[in-house]
Amino acid sequence: MARMKFLCDVERCIECNGCVTACKNENEVPWGVNRRRVVTLNDGVVGAEKSISVACMHCSDAPCMAVCPVDCFYKTDDGIVLHDKDLCIGCGYCFYACPFGAPQFPQAGAFGLRGKMDKCTFCAGGPEADRTQAEFSKYGRNRLAEGKLPACAEMCSTKALLGGDGDVVADIYRERVLRRGKGSEVWGWGTAYGPGKPGAQPPQAPRPATKS
Amino acid sequence: MRALLVVAALLALAACGEREQVAAGERTYQGKPDAKPWESGPPPAALRGGTWKQGDRASWEDQIRTRTLAQHEDRRIYQ
Repeated sequence: MARMKFLCDVERCIECNGCVTACKNENEVPWGVNRRRVVTLNDGVVGAEKSISVACMHCSDAPCMAVCPVDCFYKTDDGIVLHDKDLCIGCGYCFYACPFGAPQFPQAGAFGLRGKMDKCTFCAGGPEADRTQAEFSKYGRNRLAEGKLPACAEMCSTKALLGGDGDVVADIYRERVLRRGKGSEVWGWGTAYGPGKPGAQPPQAPRPATKS
Repeated sequence: MRALLVVAALLALAACGEREQVAAGERTYQGKPDAKPWESGPPPAALRGGTWKQGDRASWEDQIRTRTLAQHEDRRIYQ
């Protein structure tokens, strides 16, 4: 069974905000609402700057679900935390409970009036018929029902942001870290575009030293 | 004596049983039901989505897995 998760590789994130733009464009998120955003630490400090893309982390034990007074949250079979906007009263408890600041409250316009909560859906839509206009206008695009992954992760230019089944994402990240090395290997031309020779093999992960 | 030991052992082990601490487990979703992503079947070709057998969760998960692995540059570049 898949358990959908995001993972952001801070060694690769270049703060381009492509994920934010992809999310806004794909789901037609209104002004004032940011389902995803890039947070930068030590901004401007040479060598110490780190950026990370943050949205709803679809927690296994989600605090927003625990505090919601109208129980409008549910978790899908794939571990995605979603909510019913027809039930949400916009009280803001979930915002206070969330450690990532994921819940957003639009003031007017699309995505429901009266400040109903809006957040990242892992591009899984919501409790409306899949791939319908009703679902899109309330929750955004349902890419999972199209056999795709969240637009933010798939659009990430450096593949810093990974999304999908947590086990697969963890395997990708683990393999990457083992091969990463230092310097240009972290994100160099060869990593981005390949060696340019047919039949070439990827760099091998260094083997741990063994005692003789 | 044996019965006393059994009772004492049971009492000693009573603290090992941990109660569920997760509040969300006791909550019940009150909203509308949501369809599963694999139930609606593959999208029209214009959407350039994946392919799987309608209603078959395993084939949908295979599609998602393939898509997830496409994020792995080593597997994408070195074919």
